[in-house]
Amino acid sequence: MAKRSAPGPLEYLRRWPLQLWLAGVGIFLYAPLVALMVFSFNDSRRNIVWQGFTLKYYEKALNNASLIEAFVNSLTIAAVSTFLSLILGALAALALWRFRFPGKAGFDGALALPIVAPEICLGVAMLVFFAKVLPWPQGLPWPLNLGAIIIAHVSFSFPFVAVVVRARMASFNRELEEAARDLGASEWRTLKDVILPHMAPSLIAGAFLAFTLSLDDFVITFFTSGPDTVTFPVKVYSMVRFSVTPEVNAASTILIVLTVVLTAIALKVQGDPASTAGGHAALDRPKNRP
Amino acid sequence: MEQHWKSAKGLFGAVLGPPLFWLVLFFMIPMGIVWLYSFGENRGLTEIALTGTFSNYLRALDPLYLKIFAKSVGIAGLTTLICLIIGFPVALAITFAPPKAKTWLLLAVMLPFWTNLLIRTYALIAVLRTEGYVNQSLQWLWNGLGAVVGVLGVGSLGPFQPLELLHNNFSVVLGLVYVHLPFMVLPLYSALDRLDTSLLEASLDLGAGHLRTLLTIVAPLALPGIASGVVITFIPALGSYLTPDLLGGPDSQMIANIIERQFKRANDWPFGAALSFLLMYMTFIAIALQAMLSRRRREPS
Repeated sequence: MAKRSAPGPLEYLRRWPLQLWLAGVGIFLYAPLVALMVFSFNDSRRNIVWQGFTLKYYEKALNNASLIEAFVNSLTIAAVSTFLSLILGALAALALWRFRFPGKAGFDGALALPIVAPEICLGVAMLVFFAKVLPWPQGLPWPLNLGAIIIAHVSFSFPFVAVVVRARMASFNRELEEAARDLGASEWRTLKDVILPHMAPSLIAGAFLAFTLSLDDFVITFFTSGPDTVTFPVKVYSMVRFSVTPEVNAASTILIVLTVVLTAIALKVQGDPASTAGGHAALDRPKNRP
Repeated sequence: MEQHWKSAKGLFGAVLGPPLFWLVLFFMIPMGIVWLYSFGENRGLTEIALTGTFSNYLRALDPLYLKIFAKSVGIAGLTTLICLIIGFPVALAITFAPPKAKTWLLLAVMLPFWTNLLIRTYALIAVLRTEGYVNQSLQWLWNGLGAVVGVLGVGSLGPFQPLELLHNNFSVVLGLVYVHLPFMVLPLYSALDRLDTSLLEASLDLGAGHLRTLLTIVAPLALPGIASGVVITFIPALGSYLTPDLLGGPDSQMIANIIERQFKRANDWPFGAALSFLLMYMTFIAIALQAMLSRRRREPS
């Protein structure tokens, strides 16, 4: 049997102090979530000591009409705002990649503002906007009543998509486009057959990012939602303020599982998790610029 | 080569138009109105007169609010520092891990970040509250210890006093670190990953210890990455609303909570607008500092 070699000088992962550190951080990050998920199956109202396995809180959560409604609202908002963010983000990235125009630096900078602006500032701006400038009519049929929230979500999501798409387009060989044009392809045909295929991975990453951002958002939704347009985070917020119940655990577990599944799909399509690292590359941007 | 917009006006308009329209109508105008309101005064219940007054900003200089600003900066700064201390070794381990482990470790760091913020905060409440998992475990240990003491006949320990872990500044900082750790690890990793490892190997070969190599070789080279990690962590921590709201006590309110109160309960929009723009300016200053730092590092003197 081959004896394991001593760790190399830079193989930090094989040194025990770092292994210990990583284990500690792992427990810190995951223990609360794992506890939350485990205790959603606990047959005890007080939710502390393990009393036995049950699915009754899932049954309760799934029979809670307002919780289900909030969940459906959240998914609808996320789907629509992802779709709009993808179009707007890709267009913004194309404009910045393709053209030289006066005010380009200004547009570029303004596009970064929704990314860096604190959520609370965007939230109150949306509150004021929908109160004073564009009062969203009350009592519209679903899903039109979600319009204000969708608009708010697109406003903070599409700049993230633009950043991801633009980073991808930087690696595009412009000669390919010229070749297509020389061979007689129209502007539209070039876009469809040459540019879009190159852009595709970033569109997937951007869609994943926009969907997660929308599903995750509490603060901005909190300021734009009305009594009949409650989203999942807003609903959980009101339940949590009230008390800690296994029902919330069950609903949360469902969403965590959904997140993990979505992540797995995104990784399967995308390949490398480093490229889906997400919006964090966005703030990093000035550094990455050539 | 980038194309001049005049050579394809139609296409240019079609590409730039929609995002520009959206950005102006649904971001710049709302922000602009808040900015204007910050120079306004309340007239009646819903009317706001734009009088160009600076009184809202002056009111923010009141010691009461200055204290909250200072406290918010302090909490966000402490959060960032703790994230840096916890996150740096993690980023280092990920950087020098074999490719397969690297993928999994990165995923492990990012997964909580993709999980809903409210759920993560709720999970912490369940851990920390008086009947939470920490106090339950401590009580169990305490009772065990008490039984041992009783058997030995040295006296009794008395009833278990649960620790007050929730609704104070400690729980706010803990919650912010919990939420923002991935924000720190990812930029640190991307900076460390770009380092020239031969420099590190040279340093170790020449007899410098690991700690010395880290402090004198790695830290200066990775400084721009550290700076961006610090800013990326600090900005959302400074503006956080949910964590102090749910985990904090009456004296751990941060700027965002005060802003929310002005817009909802207190119904003083001009003052809330002024506070919210002060928070925006603080954010810009943090970004500008980081940009200056990374520019200075890049230009060889």
